[in-house]
Amino acid sequence: MITQLMPAMVKVADKDVHSPEFATLYVNQHIDFKPGQFVMVWIPGVDEKPYTISHHSPERFGITVEAKGLFSRKAVSLGPGDKIGIRGPFGNGFNMGIGHKRVAVVAGGCGMAPLAPLVETFQTDKGPEVFLIQGARSKSFLLYPDRFAAKAEICTDDGSKGYKGFVTDILVQKIKDLSAISTPAFDMVYACGPEIMMAKVFDICEVHSIPCQVSLERYMRCGFGVCGACVCGHAVVCKDGPVFGSKMLRTMADFNTRALLKTGQPVPLNEYATWRCQ
Amino acid sequence: MQINFLGKNLHTPLVLASGVLGNNKAILERVWENGCGLPTMKSIGPAPREGHKNPTVIDLGNGLINAVGLPSPGYLNMEEEWQELSDRVFPITASIYGGSVEEFVQVAAFVSAKGPDFIELNISCPNSDQHGMVFGVNAQSSHDVVAAVKKVIHVPLIAKLTPAAPDIATIAKACEDAGADAICAINTAGPGMVIDIESRSPVLAFKKGGLSGPMIKPIAVRCVYDIFRSVSIPIIGLGGISTGKDAIEIIMAGATLVGIGTAVRYRGITVFDKVNKEISDWLAVHDTSMEEIRGAAHREAL
Repeated sequence: MITQLMPAMVKVADKDVHSPEFATLYVNQHIDFKPGQFVMVWIPGVDEKPYTISHHSPERFGITVEAKGLFSRKAVSLGPGDKIGIRGPFGNGFNMGIGHKRVAVVAGGCGMAPLAPLVETFQTDKGPEVFLIQGARSKSFLLYPDRFAAKAEICTDDGSKGYKGFVTDILVQKIKDLSAISTPAFDMVYACGPEIMMAKVFDICEVHSIPCQVSLERYMRCGFGVCGACVCGHAVVCKDGPVFGSKMLRTMADFNTRALLKTGQPVPLNEYATWRCQ
Repeated sequence: MQINFLGKNLHTPLVLASGVLGNNKAILERVWENGCGLPTMKSIGPAPREGHKNPTVIDLGNGLINAVGLPSPGYLNMEEEWQELSDRVFPITASIYGGSVEEFVQVAAFVSAKGPDFIELNISCPNSDQHGMVFGVNAQSSHDVVAAVKKVIHVPLIAKLTPAAPDIATIAKACEDAGADAICAINTAGPGMVIDIESRSPVLAFKKGGLSGPMIKPIAVRCVYDIFRSVSIPIIGLGGISTGKDAIEIIMAGATLVGIGTAVRYRGITVFDKVNKEISDWLAVHDTSMEEIRGAAHREAL
């Protein structure tokens, strides 16, 4: 059984290779889970890293890995029968709200991973109308292009699919269009992607008085709010987050500005991002 | 529950153990606002150090095992933090570590000039081969490092001890003789090990790690009891303290202040307010005070 205690060794049951960079590993186990929560994934002898759950059903769950560092390259090379250690789930997931009529889901790159189960939950749960805006560097980096019933607005940095430009351009346009029909345009905006993108989403939402929730990423060790490696201002990302709402984001000085390296040294966010992608 | 500790007024008798949260000013302040009288910064070392690979901290249910491995930006790379801490409204202890007496002295002199309220010497960390515990298991080396550091700092010095010492009371006395102003006991116990039997691997990347939380409380209480009988300087008692009753117990063993670390895992960051209230409630029900119960468990024996 998977718990927050010792990692449980489980077999990879299945694997989807989405592109040379992305793969999803599936585990045939039940896990009590809320979209946005994460698990710590251990490969003995290599390392242990946090991953949000990207697929979920009563019988199985999946994590989607982008191959960019030592651990993640090893993880995407695993296949059915290989064993990984899992502990969790940890953190607070997305608050799905009550009585929402229309929401926007804004995903950038692998930020689609935690948002995918959210979109699916909305679609199966007499949920709100979902406007999905999905962006990536290029067509091959678009995660799960055919997964959702909801029609997605696609945009890519290089224009290889959909609109050439940023997800935030589309969000602004949508808000403008919908504001003519109803106010607010959305009851909630959910976002995950590069932090600079989420900060832009937050700013747009503030201007239009729309609440939003974003999922942050920081270097983590314990996963349960003790070691302090993942602090972002006064927030502990693994325990208070990784999903934060507008009210909290307004008070987080380090949001979109600063993060700690593995040594605990605070550095500008771009320097942290470069280090994390090695 | 104000308390005077080495001349400083603290708003509560609770201390945040080093290595828990403590990574920036904002989180230290949040811990203080939540009822911690004296937050401790993460241990500062002589050079940049990343610590160990993950897994580094595992919850065993009745406590944690950890080998985080003393990550630190290094004492020369913390200007931004000291700058931010300079206008703080709360007290702090700077915890420091080194790999030799010279390194301890180097770090201590530099850190002391930055104006923390106290300096804690971590001579007790089990999670590094070269640092920490190697000093704290021997009375002579403990004496040497405390005496050397004491000469170069201008704030009160707290020696943090390991329960791995064969006779912790002797170590504490050696620290007091060398000029330590207080003792902090205990650091994590062990080291211990957990092995995942499916993968046949030790779970921690460093293989061994220090034990903390409820499972080590009896060790902490025994250590504080022994130390209280050998020194006259105040003791910060910590190790598995999660509730007001735990705090009362270690105060009765002889502690003046009470440290909280792993309990943040089990009761959240608001554990400080909860424990403060539980201590107050217990004292009220028993119509007594912190001063009256401090060392109370020694009365018959004395």
